[in-house]
Amino acid sequence: MRVYFDYNATTPLAPVALEAVVRATRDLFGNPSSVHHFGQQAKAALDDARSAVAALINADPSEVIFTSGGTEADNFAIRGAAEALEATGRRHLVASAIEHEAVLNTLRALGRRGWRTTLVAVDQSGIVSPERIREAMAPDTALVSVMHANNEIGTIQPIAAIAAIAHEGGALMHTDAVQSAGKIPIDVRALQVDLLAMSAHKLNGPKGAGVLWVKRGTRMQPLLTGGKHERNRRAGTENVAAIAGMGAASLLAAQKMDLETPRISALRNRLEEAITARVPGTVVNGARGERVPNTTNISFDRVEAESLLIALDLEGIAVSTGSACSSGTLEPSHVLRAMGFPAHRTQNSLRFSLGLFSTDEEVDRVIEVIPRLVQKLRGLTSRTGGRPPSSSRSDDEHGGREDTDPS
Amino acid sequence: MSGGVDSSVAAALLVEQGHDVIGLSMQLYDQSEGQTSFGSCCSIDDLHDARRVAAAIRIPHYIMNFERQFNEQVVSNFVAEYTAGRTPLPCARCNSDLKFATLAERAQGFGADAVATGHYARVFRDGRTGRYLLRRGADLSKDQAYFLFSLTQEQLASAVFPVGDRPKESVRDYARARNLPVADKPDSQEICFVPDNDYASFIRHRAPEAIQPGAIVAQDGTVLGTHAGIHRFTIGQRKGLGLTSSPTHAPMYVLALKPADGHVVVGPKMALERTTLTAAQVNWVMAKPTGDRRIVAQIRHRHQAAPATVRALEGERAELVFDTPQVAITPGQAAVFFDGDAVVGGGWIE
Repeated sequence: MRVYFDYNATTPLAPVALEAVVRATRDLFGNPSSVHHFGQQAKAALDDARSAVAALINADPSEVIFTSGGTEADNFAIRGAAEALEATGRRHLVASAIEHEAVLNTLRALGRRGWRTTLVAVDQSGIVSPERIREAMAPDTALVSVMHANNEIGTIQPIAAIAAIAHEGGALMHTDAVQSAGKIPIDVRALQVDLLAMSAHKLNGPKGAGVLWVKRGTRMQPLLTGGKHERNRRAGTENVAAIAGMGAASLLAAQKMDLETPRISALRNRLEEAITARVPGTVVNGARGERVPNTTNISFDRVEAESLLIALDLEGIAVSTGSACSSGTLEPSHVLRAMGFPAHRTQNSLRFSLGLFSTDEEVDRVIEVIPRLVQKLRGLTSRTGGRPPSSSRSDDEHGGREDTDPS
Repeated sequence: MSGGVDSSVAAALLVEQGHDVIGLSMQLYDQSEGQTSFGSCCSIDDLHDARRVAAAIRIPHYIMNFERQFNEQVVSNFVAEYTAGRTPLPCARCNSDLKFATLAERAQGFGADAVATGHYARVFRDGRTGRYLLRRGADLSKDQAYFLFSLTQEQLASAVFPVGDRPKESVRDYARARNLPVADKPDSQEICFVPDNDYASFIRHRAPEAIQPGAIVAQDGTVLGTHAGIHRFTIGQRKGLGLTSSPTHAPMYVLALKPADGHVVVGPKMALERTTLTAAQVNWVMAKPTGDRRIVAQIRHRHQAAPATVRALEGERAELVFDTPQVAITPGQAAVFFDGDAVVGGGWIE
């Protein structure tokens, strides 16, 4: 039996999404920009998908711009807004320190080109404080970017309150909603944002499609230049099949959310409670209240998360430590670091993220396997004096104290 | 799995023999932007090659991050040795302190009974004494037993070297026959973490504070010139001394490095010859000798092992007396003692 608990990395395709991808690939080969019948058929599929995505986030379909995925959507939001506002003299960008790399590295790239950036740290709740955002604002802040739900710990951010602060300062508000779309209700009007990024493959759609929602009237510089696709905002022939799949997945997510949210959160809670009860030295990272229903992030004292992840995979259980770097290896979580946890805590944490196809049997299997693996790995580290030190307790850590390694 | 042909074939052979194999690669230094100029092995391309091989032979493959451990156990020692006037041997440190230590321990955590690498060496158990013995690889031109001398009995007990009894060409043939994507990849020749084999600038970058210019002196103390730091020199070095003239017009060689006063002592080739050395942190692979033991000893990777007598000293040291003088016995390198092609033991030259 293989267990897949890594839905925040990517999700399996929903059957309806697969069907839409297959149908579009087979039957809708026309270029959506073409005048003829074939083009019209493809264009109709795009429009259907646009309406489905818009309905999921209470937006107008004309505000939905398809991209190649969440990373492009974040790039477009930040670069497009920053460049459009450059002429106004606004050269400052604000974001939380727990953003996805798609946001953080885009800010760094702009930083090298003269924009000033301020990253706002969070406390151990993993929730961004609107007050900290207010302190970070400058008279020339162009854009504030704070993710809707964090990918590693699942915490939901107070976007509406932060957006109000951004707007008070005359700045635009972007939110990366890649990890919340399809998991919790999203209403772009209630969130009061100007820009919102989504990805198809995080909500049981295919890879290769994403959306940037741009509030009507927002001035944006296109990222890609070329033909007049997507209302002149994103050039390039649309990936019709992937977009059709995203539309079908969005429709399904909207339909099933009321049933799925309690089901998945019950599975997640049972998993989390069993692990923390049966494995000594475990603690859940981040506030447990304000979270997407599918995610839990747990620290295992005196265990290398990297080793536990591999040991679990060899038992057929797929989980994650957070973000993987380009070579596929594991790096200490920048999210847990930004939350002020000491170095070893950032290296002994695993993320379990559930979803559409998760079952009670999968939860049972993980609960059965994990205590044995943790015990085995702890036996090895204590024998050779490996890190992290046995003296550190996981419940008394505060601040950014660096770990000293006895090995 | 380094992504080279040897460890790739080692893994493939084990799969073919019916073992349950897990592929592990070590990420040893930061692969992020701006760091791409690192050396020839274990780069992002090599890790990619390892992954491709693992997929081809259908085994799970994981890249483990050992940046911190590699830095603490191998790179720091390398820098400290050079700045102290010694010439380090990082590959041996990496084998005993990382691959067959931290990595092996992780592998044990995954239920592994043994750790296999692509080294050209052989391990066998001596039925009489029960000790695990280490022999040179069958392909003497590729033999790596010298780099493995410091493996303990416990480490050797779980070490497997699947290519150790094959000639290199047959390893390549095997890879070609099975379409492994690394069959014709060139052998790595350099120390993996030093770009372009440029030790001097690597040390300068890592430990600028430890670098002091000093004098190049003759054996009698006569100052012959100046140098930019003793880390740039190794015993027996002839090139790069920058001496415009030598008193005898004979080629001058580095004889000794004196970190205390920053002197590089030079002299004629004859003065490089020594018959004795002492070694520290000696690891006895065979039983520790109680008296004098006749052996052949190798004092660097490309050294033709020479007949000598070794005697164990107090405090894990040993004294070695060669039958004939050897050129450039270099502190920091390993002296490894052999009985035929089997390692008796070895230690670090003082």
